[in-house]
Amino acid sequence: MFGLNKKDSVLFVLVLFLTMCAPFLLNPFPQGSELAQFNAGYPDLMQRFVIFGIFAIGFNILFGLTGYLSFGHAAFLGVGSYAGVWMMKLLTMNVIPAIMISVIVAGLFSVLVGYVSLRRSGIYFSILTLAFAQMSFSLAYSVLTPITNGETGLQLNLDDPRILGVSEVNGSIPPPNLFGLSLRDSAEMTFGNWVFTFNTGYYMCAVLMLIAFYISIRIFRSPFGMMLRAVKSNQQRLNYTGLNTKPYTLAAFVISGMYAGLAGGLMVAMDPLAGAERMQWTASGEVVLMTILGGAGTLIGPVLGASFIKYCENIFSKINDNILHQWFAFMPDGIEDVIVFLVHPFVGKGWHLTLGLMFMLVVIFLPGGLVEGGQRIGRLFRRRKPDAASDASQTKPAE
Amino acid sequence: MDALLLQVLNGIDKGSAYALIALGLTLIFGTLGVVNFAHGALFMIGAFCAVTMQRILTLSYEVVDPTRTDFLGQPLKVAVPYVEKFLGESAGAAIIDWAVPISILLAVPFMIFIGFAMERGLIKHFYKRPHADQILVTFGLAIVLQEVVKYFYGANPIPTPAPDAFAGSFDFGAMLGMEAGNIIYPYWRMVYFFFALAIIGAVFGFLQFTTFGMVVRAGMADRETVGLLGIDIDRRFTIMFAIAAVVAGVAGVMYAPINSPNYHMGMDFLVLSFVVVVVGGMGSLPGAVAAGFLLGILESFASMAAVVEFLPGINQIIIYLVAIIILLTRPRGLMGRKGVMED
Repeated sequence: MFGLNKKDSVLFVLVLFLTMCAPFLLNPFPQGSELAQFNAGYPDLMQRFVIFGIFAIGFNILFGLTGYLSFGHAAFLGVGSYAGVWMMKLLTMNVIPAIMISVIVAGLFSVLVGYVSLRRSGIYFSILTLAFAQMSFSLAYSVLTPITNGETGLQLNLDDPRILGVSEVNGSIPPPNLFGLSLRDSAEMTFGNWVFTFNTGYYMCAVLMLIAFYISIRIFRSPFGMMLRAVKSNQQRLNYTGLNTKPYTLAAFVISGMYAGLAGGLMVAMDPLAGAERMQWTASGEVVLMTILGGAGTLIGPVLGASFIKYCENIFSKINDNILHQWFAFMPDGIEDVIVFLVHPFVGKGWHLTLGLMFMLVVIFLPGGLVEGGQRIGRLFRRRKPDAASDASQTKPAE
Repeated sequence: MDALLLQVLNGIDKGSAYALIALGLTLIFGTLGVVNFAHGALFMIGAFCAVTMQRILTLSYEVVDPTRTDFLGQPLKVAVPYVEKFLGESAGAAIIDWAVPISILLAVPFMIFIGFAMERGLIKHFYKRPHADQILVTFGLAIVLQEVVKYFYGANPIPTPAPDAFAGSFDFGAMLGMEAGNIIYPYWRMVYFFFALAIIGAVFGFLQFTTFGMVVRAGMADRETVGLLGIDIDRRFTIMFAIAAVVAGVAGVMYAPINSPNYHMGMDFLVLSFVVVVVGGMGSLPGAVAAGFLLGILESFASMAAVVEFLPGINQIIIYLVAIIILLTRPRGLMGRKGVMED
């Protein structure tokens, strides 16, 4: 199907199914029930799932295939966001130009950064990209304030020109739209106590993610992808055979930068503001974590990792002491208090602590991420021979 | 001339901090071959040792002072620290005043413990793993340490004053016989500079003039051969890790009065320290120290009003810019050795 082999087609159809039915799948608990707080089927969160999915898919093309660990990828997302907001300020609230310009600007920026950074590899590459990202972050905060609006973040104003659209509608800023279709519109479907929300913005992001995912499969299976894998396993040998690897790695870098720009543009399309904190290196660390957690070098891994982290972030930071007390109410009072006391540092504001711990545990025990974990469990049940050559291409963990 | 000297002075205190952290990073990198992203967190923990010491020393109980009244007309409650009760008022007050230098006594054993625990518990298992894994796991550890500190101490910076004796500033220019009033410099920054020099001297002396240091240097050059000679090099490297942790820790303790400690100060310094290490040359101790001071001073020169007017924003990015230029023109850094992390 579409030039994919059977296994990839199955994978693609699976992802297609998951993203299209996400409003159902993520809302398994009826409204008002105890467990409703675990629902993830509201537009804002679903949008974040797919947007960060795109970001991680792009990062995986660089890190998973070539093994170059970039610590500054958030800069491309940030640059893309700024470009997108400017398009909305100057041209129109239609998101298509904004998204296109985000991708283009992020791509150009990544050509620049990649051209310089890719002269070195290994840890030097990581530090160079980190330096570039921190530089953009500092500049966005200080000198570039006329463009980035500094600490406040870049926002839309009522008196923006918007030459192709309208500056204001009834005294308020018009919402982002896709050829007149407002992205904030949602259709709701009620079924018994269940409420399912179908958001236009989410479906636009989801379609773009599917396209991004499809392109990533094609890259993984193409000769170009093979070359990138060769760079990862032994760059020196490639150089000895007289092959210049730079164009290949640069292409991978730029592609992944454009993915980041697309994610940035979509973030803007969903919520038209951009701030410098999106470019901070902790944000870059987050996308590394998503990719590793899901499984670097695998196709589906980054998407899983991104959704998993965004879901946990959302759920964990919502839980407070009252909710904990409700959960453990069945226990005797003393034990209940002790348990709540023990769990307390990890939830609510302590979400980052859980994140850090998760990060360490994954790197230590499961370098191949969730995908490898799933495969291990699967192998445990099926007791297959370990050297199943057929899925060797998919299970290569990152190095 | 005055202006130049002032900028050099302004640069050296930050430069000292960079140099100390970069020294520790290089020690760890040179001995264990591990890229430690959690080193900034060790610096931060050191600074919070000072905060903790200050809190311990000012633990107090309340007594009612019948001679004075508060604004409601009730007898005033006065907090009396336990130290003052046990040691008498003046001695107790002096100890509280000197809380920051005293915290070194707390920081050294604590950092040794943390260093050992980190190396034996975590880093040890990552010698054979790729550098990317080392970066990632120590990055995770840094987040965890940072969040733990945030949980106990909150997110706001905690002021930790220097002893009164070093509280003010002095006129450095007048001391050198220049016009008075031009170069005013805080005492504590001078103290920090000399403290950093002492620590750096101690580390170099330790490596250069003791048998232990000789073995460590041999191990840095060729770990395998030293191991084959029947020396337990792993153990010594663990001790070096602990020493690096102590260096970062005391650097943090003494930095607390300059910049009130907050939970993310480590991360802020870490990125810059990595840049410093790269500029100095991976695995080169003198390079790390030299680059630390150099970049600190360069940063302060870039913040001069005249420079900023000419090139706006240069003060924010000068260090990264220098690092990029150095990495591209002198890939080994200023004093990098051949064969250390060449790729």
